[in-house]
Amino acid sequence: MFYRECGQFKSGYAADQAIFPILQDKIAMGVLLAVAFIVVPLVATEYWLGSILIPFLILSLAAIGLNILTGYAGQLSLGSAAFMAVGAFAAYNFALRLPMLPLVVDFILAGVVAAAVGILFGLPSLRIKGFYLAVATLAAQFFITWGLTRFGWFSNNSASGVITAPRIMMFGYELTSASSRYLLTLSIVAVFALLAKNMVRSQIGRAWMAIRDMDIAAEVIGIKMLQTKLLAFAVSSFYCGVAGALWAFLYLGTVDAQAFDLNRSFEILFMIIIGGVGSILGSFLGAAFIVLLPIFLNVVAGLFGSSLHADTASHFEVMIFGALIIFFLIVEPHGLARLWQITKEKLRLWPFPH
Amino acid sequence: MSFFFEVLISGLLAGVMYSLVALGFVLIYKASGVLNFAQGSMVLFAALTFVSLLEKGWNFWAVLVVTLLAMLVLAIVIERVVLRPLVNQPQITLFMATIGVSFFLEGFAQALWGTEVHGLELGIPDKPFEFMGMMISQFDIVAAGLSGVLVASLALFFSKTRIGRALRAVADDHQAALTVGIPLQTIWVIVWSVAGLVALVAGLLWGSRLGVQFSLTLITLKALPVLILGGFTSVPGAIVGGLIIGGSEKLAEVYVGPYVGGAIEDWFPYMFAMLFLLVRPEGLFGEKRIERV
Repeated sequence: MFYRECGQFKSGYAADQAIFPILQDKIAMGVLLAVAFIVVPLVATEYWLGSILIPFLILSLAAIGLNILTGYAGQLSLGSAAFMAVGAFAAYNFALRLPMLPLVVDFILAGVVAAAVGILFGLPSLRIKGFYLAVATLAAQFFITWGLTRFGWFSNNSASGVITAPRIMMFGYELTSASSRYLLTLSIVAVFALLAKNMVRSQIGRAWMAIRDMDIAAEVIGIKMLQTKLLAFAVSSFYCGVAGALWAFLYLGTVDAQAFDLNRSFEILFMIIIGGVGSILGSFLGAAFIVLLPIFLNVVAGLFGSSLHADTASHFEVMIFGALIIFFLIVEPHGLARLWQITKEKLRLWPFPH
Repeated sequence: MSFFFEVLISGLLAGVMYSLVALGFVLIYKASGVLNFAQGSMVLFAALTFVSLLEKGWNFWAVLVVTLLAMLVLAIVIERVVLRPLVNQPQITLFMATIGVSFFLEGFAQALWGTEVHGLELGIPDKPFEFMGMMISQFDIVAAGLSGVLVASLALFFSKTRIGRALRAVADDHQAALTVGIPLQTIWVIVWSVAGLVALVAGLLWGSRLGVQFSLTLITLKALPVLILGGFTSVPGAIVGGLIIGGSEKLAEVYVGPYVGGAIEDWFPYMFAMLFLLVRPEGLFGEKRIERV
């Protein structure tokens, strides 16, 4: 009854191309952003901000990165965590060796470095396809984490290979509280999500999708394979790199290369599969699901798990996690974003189904 | 020079064990187009079940039969619960589902049998003997022999028996296979059971070498480069790929490793396989893809 576009006329191309063509969507998005920017920092506790919302936002950013590569350009990658590691270590080195740069520039440069590495490891995608490519991207995963641990220069010769983020300064203020770090993360993620949304709606995004659906056909209609595929790798790695830098600087503070191991890559892959492959919204939903699920399982285990041994409980957690993934894939293979779409269609008809 | 050959041979023998794990992947990929990430967890599950029952004082052969039955049940359950509802989904969805299966199995195996490291004694002597001036482990030879027998019988099974032909038909085209009356579901159960059998053999061999423990699942990661090097769909490819990866990995670790700080075994096989794929994108023995618009 309320969610309906009738009576909203478009009188120009700009209105036709708007991200949210329907007024109700615009209002909802505005409210959501207002809540995220104003209400949440006021209401949420330190624990919620620092341990749940910040990692959720950062992982959403990484998931957007992987979604661009896998969901839009169709190149399956199992190495996204490695590019996060590149971003984290690059940002650390920029902050350490060029201290005059502002923090945000550090993050952007970290993304650029990750993008360069991404292009390098994206080169095989021109020859290798499908699962062969997926396994080949594991080379990036293992090689990069090995290199970052093995060569002391990357971690400024710290004995344990751990990097510690410097004090985080913005406009002359030091960001110490969880809410200020949350706001910075949220701003960066919001800007990059908007950029990604617009990128995939533009010519670049359409070229990526053409390659995803059938690369030979895409080549025939004149899409340049080399540039388009490598651009997908570059943009994807850029996003993962920025996410990695945020992870090191704004979430953990101290981090080593092992924080970006294969399990992290799988975690990000889970996010886009459960959230929805080829959907920016899906990246957020998937990240929320993966971040919240262990917490939820913990709570449930706590309710009637005090009799269980801690070891056994953690095994059950892994089992339930695996089972839930299978369950979600069976119930909705197109992910949570598709559920949201179905809901919207239903809402348009509600309460008169005919 | 004899040191070179010693390294090479120990690498090749380790490679045979890699190919044993890769074989499990190939079987399932051939018959259903699923890259089964749970193969490593199946290895762990099989080995843990076997060793735990053995420690309860059961007879060796009884344990073997019970474990094989367990793998059969596992195959049936996976087919019913995971594969059947996901028919006709894209490959990546099925791949993700097998990652889910692997999480579940790892948790299940450890919740059931505990996390401590179990020693496993198969009665194969593990004494090195000297052969033309080189030290070669007797255990490796036996393991390689066992793997060889297994591979040969699987190759025969695939090419000569009725079920083998049905398997290849399913691999070629699900729909066409169904049309000529091949029961897809039964075939899948058979393939997953055979993969379970291969997992058991791999688990026993690796387990008696490293101890039966959680890290057995990590050998999956060693099997993947073998897989892409040999080609996802080729049984001989898994063997040859395993030999190449095993041999080159050990040689690289010994001769190149010291110059770059060591521990290159983790990534070297992947880099090697990736560079190789640049030349032959479908692996050594993979089916050449013909693409049409």
